[in-house]
Amino acid sequence: MSRLDINTPSQAQKVVEGIYRDIERRIAASPPGLCPVDMALSFLTLCLAQTCGKCVPCRIGLSQLCTLIRQVLDGEAEESTVDLIDKTADTIVQSADCAIGIEAARMVLSGVRGFREDYLSHVRTGNCLGRHENPVPCVALCPAGVDIPGYIALVHEGRCEEAVRLIRKDNPFPAACGYICEHPCEARCRRNMVDNAINIRALKRYAVDNAQPSAPPALAEATGKRVAVIGGGPGGLSAAYYLAIMGHSVTVYEKRKQLGGMLRYGIPAYRLPREVLDNEISYILSTGIQVKTGVDVGVDVGYDALREEYDAMYISIGAHTDKKVGIEGEGSEGVISAVKLLGGIGDGDMPDFTGKQVVVIGGGNVAMDCVRSSIRLGADKVSCIYRRRRADMTALDEEVDGAEAEGAQMMCLQSPKRIETDENGHCVALWTVPQIIGEIGSDGRPKPHAKRDTPELRIPADVIIVAVGQGIETFGINADAVNVSRGTIKALPSGQMKDSDGVFAGGDCVTGPATVIRAIAAGKVAAANIDEYLGYHHVIASDVEIPHPSLSNKLPHGRINAVERLPAERCSDFECIECGMSAQGAEQESSRCLRCDHFGYGNFRGGRRERW
Amino acid sequence: MVTLTIDKQTVTVPEGTTILDAAKTVNIEIPHLCYFRELNEIAACRICVVEVDGCDRLVTSCNNYVEEGMVVHTNSPKVRRSRRVTIQLILSQHDCNCPSCVRSGNCMLQKIANDLNIVMNSYPKDVRPFRWDMNLPLIRDEGKCIKCMRCVQVCDKIQNVSIWDVVNTGSRTNVGVSGNRKLDATECTYCGQCITHCPVGALRERDDTTKVVEAICDPEITTIVQVAPAVRAAWGESMGLTREQASAERMVTALKRLGFDYVFDTNFTADLTIMEEGSEFIERFTHRDEYAWPMFTSCCPGWVRFLKSQYPEFTANLSTAKSPQQMFGAVAKSYFAEKRGLDPHKVFVVSIMPCVSKKSESAIGVMNDACGDPDVDVVLTTREMNRLFRSEHISVASLEETPFDSPLGTGTGAAVIFGATGGVMDAALRSAYFLITGTNPDADAFKTVRGTQDRREAVFNIPGAGNVRVAVVSGLSNTRKLMEEIRTGAAEYDFVEVMACPGGCAGGGGQPIHDGAELAGCRGDVLWGLDSKAQIRYSHENPEVRAMYEEYFGKPLGERSHHLLHTDHFAWEMPTKAK
Repeated sequence: MSRLDINTPSQAQKVVEGIYRDIERRIAASPPGLCPVDMALSFLTLCLAQTCGKCVPCRIGLSQLCTLIRQVLDGEAEESTVDLIDKTADTIVQSADCAIGIEAARMVLSGVRGFREDYLSHVRTGNCLGRHENPVPCVALCPAGVDIPGYIALVHEGRCEEAVRLIRKDNPFPAACGYICEHPCEARCRRNMVDNAINIRALKRYAVDNAQPSAPPALAEATGKRVAVIGGGPGGLSAAYYLAIMGHSVTVYEKRKQLGGMLRYGIPAYRLPREVLDNEISYILSTGIQVKTGVDVGVDVGYDALREEYDAMYISIGAHTDKKVGIEGEGSEGVISAVKLLGGIGDGDMPDFTGKQVVVIGGGNVAMDCVRSSIRLGADKVSCIYRRRRADMTALDEEVDGAEAEGAQMMCLQSPKRIETDENGHCVALWTVPQIIGEIGSDGRPKPHAKRDTPELRIPADVIIVAVGQGIETFGINADAVNVSRGTIKALPSGQMKDSDGVFAGGDCVTGPATVIRAIAAGKVAAANIDEYLGYHHVIASDVEIPHPSLSNKLPHGRINAVERLPAERCSDFECIECGMSAQGAEQESSRCLRCDHFGYGNFRGGRRERW
Repeated sequence: MVTLTIDKQTVTVPEGTTILDAAKTVNIEIPHLCYFRELNEIAACRICVVEVDGCDRLVTSCNNYVEEGMVVHTNSPKVRRSRRVTIQLILSQHDCNCPSCVRSGNCMLQKIANDLNIVMNSYPKDVRPFRWDMNLPLIRDEGKCIKCMRCVQVCDKIQNVSIWDVVNTGSRTNVGVSGNRKLDATECTYCGQCITHCPVGALRERDDTTKVVEAICDPEITTIVQVAPAVRAAWGESMGLTREQASAERMVTALKRLGFDYVFDTNFTADLTIMEEGSEFIERFTHRDEYAWPMFTSCCPGWVRFLKSQYPEFTANLSTAKSPQQMFGAVAKSYFAEKRGLDPHKVFVVSIMPCVSKKSESAIGVMNDACGDPDVDVVLTTREMNRLFRSEHISVASLEETPFDSPLGTGTGAAVIFGATGGVMDAALRSAYFLITGTNPDADAFKTVRGTQDRREAVFNIPGAGNVRVAVVSGLSNTRKLMEEIRTGAAEYDFVEVMACPGGCAGGGGQPIHDGAELAGCRGDVLWGLDSKAQIRYSHENPEVRAMYEEYFGKPLGERSHHLLHTDHFAWEMPTKAK
């Protein structure tokens, strides 16, 4: 008997650790649309195995909760059972001895209160609330519903033109999305259950990069109906594209010099090369869409006049105004907004930051775009100031990593206090208050607060860029007429604006700043509903035949991640950072797709929406 | 073409062929349960798995496709073990009371389990309880459902009514009535296509045979049975008879053996329907402005239920003529009862129908015009009649042929085709032509309305009346497409025949079940064959019908007809679909 032993895990423990990792991935791949009550029971059963068995509320209470929830699911409960579940869970939260019991019961409690109607449906009808949905995860999570398994199969066969054509059925921006989409489709990819999600975005980019230019799409017979689209960003152009295919005459009004919206004036060229964007837009315009750039609706042309002139209207003006930090000195020389910086760059107006110290305030993707653009504009030193921890930044990890690799400095837990200026009113430094991370709020994010007994920090700055969020333009229209409230335009899920016949709205101006793919989806939805509003039912479909899945083994296999140019090479130009996938890579990565359109629920229901 | 090896045999088939079909070309029948060609190719049951060289896991043969050089084993040790385990898993959740199941002997699950020599089950029983309203014409036994989803698919894809749906999630996933409703609160047409596509005994019609036997045994009661046209085209299939042996006359003998006092033919009232409905059409056609267009046939109760729930605004377009079944009941308890001096309250009318929906039609409150009692007392499906023959140990093959009784047993070629899609239209046009012009058209003049296309359209010129634009559809998905075009004005017709079941009554939901096969076409051919050989091919020439008009009704659309042979479609309610 030794006095102490080194702890070595047993074989069983090693296997269990492996299963834990499997479960993590499996939860990540949890399909949308599951019964919340059933999931609550399943998680609770896992928790039950974790209880140490000492305290009564955890040992017996959790077990009884399992029994009660199972009764609900089996249709053997009464409404009072749901109340008993609530009371029991609440008591366990209050009385269990440690987090194992407390947090398990809290999960049940938030469920029984958060989806009580689902519980009651099981009690009253013996069935789940609503319809059983178990769609293909990637397609379901793509706001535009792009046929992802379809185009991955086509890429696998090297049929890139058809892949692009299939994507355009639901999304007229295959190239932009191939380069910069936030790829919500990958989040719950079933392949997570095996190893990791398919690199869907990179496969889309491969298709786009390797497809021959396509002929313009066929247009339906002209309807003689006229539609105005206000705002030539991804959402407006998507609506315009589908409406033009449906045979309507579309005119896009764009305030700026060029089309593209945030794709041009928000997303830097090193992420989305301009020639790629220009090609994409010219394909969309090949449908015969008329364009009026440099026309500010509400200033150059009246909103009411447009309503008179057109049979329907789509407002997709985006969210291009900047939010202020609200600190002393924010109006000084040298302080600019992210929107202004990136917007100027979009039109080729490149400021010279050579030798300057640049400070960027904010932790989102736009802040990273400013940081990385500043580096490319010659800045001597670029610092990013953020109130919370690095882990709390809303920017994608790869953006933050990329910025750091290019030499930026992340200064986290610093709350901007004031801007110091010189005698000419030009900024010279940003003063910040060091923070300590605090309690987690109802939004799930921890709130920072001032660190005790720590002096304020002075960060020298020749240029300060504010990137703390955007809002919509008030644009010269009467706010009542377009139903603006609390900073966004109000529209129904159909895109239609209440009490405004024939006027639709969508994208960032409705949702607040969001993603390109959500704007595209909103444009697609609006096109369908404007078509109906105009009294038509044009169907958008694709003639592409999807290959049958092959019967290859789907063994665990590494995912091919995107490769970037080396930081030292890329940081001095605006050329694309990301390298495209090789043909070998595309073939390999596409072969990992599990074809959920064919295997699983997809071949019964929801596997493919061939037309809309 | 693709060449592959299946069980050491070389097979060459076109690209895009499933492994299951490729195997069939060399007479290898891979067992399968949930699969139904073009309807349900969802690989849910996993019985049809095969082993493919180079694939670590087994592959379903029903929905995966042949590849060049593929080597397939349909009975390797891995396949054999998997198939046996899977069938035991299915059986563990199946209420295996085979001796008391209507599908015993005609059940795919039973057959596969038997064929695989499953005599024990390693898994504990876990069967859902049987809870159902037994008054409904359609019965679902949850304990027998194997979740193959065929009922959901046929109701969605073929009928487009979507009564069945997948309910619940996870291991509790089940089939149930859509929208968490009870069946009688839905727009269910009771077409019964879910029953004929069920591989097991989870779906069936309500069994009413006991009521019939009790009536037959009651000496106070006169029992009358009528047999619908389409029944004669199918009844022998599950009795081991050839199509030649399975004549209507042999069936008459069998029904007499059961003890019915009179065995009559619904063909008689099919001819009567043509007289009334044809006259009604002429009345409407010659007074266009007074009626809503087009006029719809009303002899299919599934269609009437569909229209009343999905397109209630078209209720006035339905012909007011009762269906042949209901005309028969009304005539049997009035004209016939009077003629024979019978108390109509002591007359018991039984229908043998290829249909489940007829059970609901006969129960409509206003179908009681003859004497206040229901005009038709009990409706049996073709399958129930066959079960009665078996339970009464009648050896049908050895029976002589007997003609139908008179007078309600006489029908023409125009009547027998009621059982096939297009038949009512064909028959109605033959008589309408005569009623307008006074001369008979060629009996095959209207044959463009026959056939199997989703929709048949034609314009016929009837001298003196003008052009009549007609359309014929069967299957409710086809019907919905037609109705949408009519509703939006994209299509215009004068007269439209609709049958809820694909192929018409020949493919009715009450007909014998043959797993994986659609027999409406060949049964329809039997009926068209009977018409072509019939001595009389025009309803207006049916001598017994003419006699009845002379003796009793006077003329079509007369006072008595109005009372006994027509009905008010507004007099009862259907749950309407929330739009």
